[in-house]
Amino acid sequence: MRAFASVIQDRCVACGSCAKVCPLGAISVWRGVTAVVDMGRCVGCSKCKQECPAGAISMEKRGETV
Amino acid sequence: MKKKAWYDYLWIVTPVYFALGLFNILFAWVGMIFFSVPLLLAIFGGNKVYCNRYCDRGQFFTLLGKRMKLSANRPTPKWMGSKWFRYAFLIFFFAMFFQMLWMTFLVGAGSQSLREAVQLFWSFRVPWQWANPHLDVAAWVVQFSYGFYSMMLTSTLIGLIVMVLFQPRSWCVFCPMGTMTQLICKWKSGKAVPVCAGCNGGGCHGAITGTGKRSGRDDGAAGK
Repeated sequence: MRAFASVIQDRCVACGSCAKVCPLGAISVWRGVTAVVDMGRCVGCSKCKQECPAGAISMEKRGETV
Repeated sequence: MKKKAWYDYLWIVTPVYFALGLFNILFAWVGMIFFSVPLLLAIFGGNKVYCNRYCDRGQFFTLLGKRMKLSANRPTPKWMGSKWFRYAFLIFFFAMFFQMLWMTFLVGAGSQSLREAVQLFWSFRVPWQWANPHLDVAAWVVQFSYGFYSMMLTSTLIGLIVMVLFQPRSWCVFCPMGTMTQLICKWKSGKAVPVCAGCNGGGCHGAITGTGKRSGRDDGAAGK
């Protein structure tokens, strides 16, 4: 099951480091408030997680129930 | 590999700024750009494009930490990214800024003499008299230069320390300008719910979570 990146909004400082390293452009910074991940594009490479200085990105498995 | 844009080279501004201040302290005034531009972009643009794209300091730390491998790349401590620490640091930073302005005022009013020194970490006075060009400018202009340069140098040194110890851009987590611009952006966006570009306003919360315990939604059909 492929994972996807999920932004922990409370921790995100909207610095945009994640968006910069995303090879597929799946992350953008929404109105300077938080990063958001386009799940349709995210392939779960976790580059954003490694880059995030705030520890605001977690990897989650697709198909998990809400 | 992504083609580099002109703003990807802005990291050069950081070393040039400090180098200029070594020879002529009046160049410290240029630093007002780093103060005003992020604020103006947040107030009028409602975004953090300065942090995301144009921040020379962030790029400089990335260059040193990531490309030159000077960073230990350890996770930034959680308390550093906590709200209380970020807001407390913002308040402290601004208190120091206003103290510096007060000092500038006193020198301008003639009740204090010009201090030709750089104050590191708001405590240690380092003689810097050679950088005073003794031009025909008011004493308060020179005093402000020393004060502002001290603040810029101190914050960069803190950024360098956390860059070495933790991640390249650990400074961004509690950067006072970043905290302030994010607060402005939060205030400007009101109660609007963040959506990803793919969902284009469709009420997507899939890849955002408030606490990190659980994401809002993933039915495997995202992206539409």
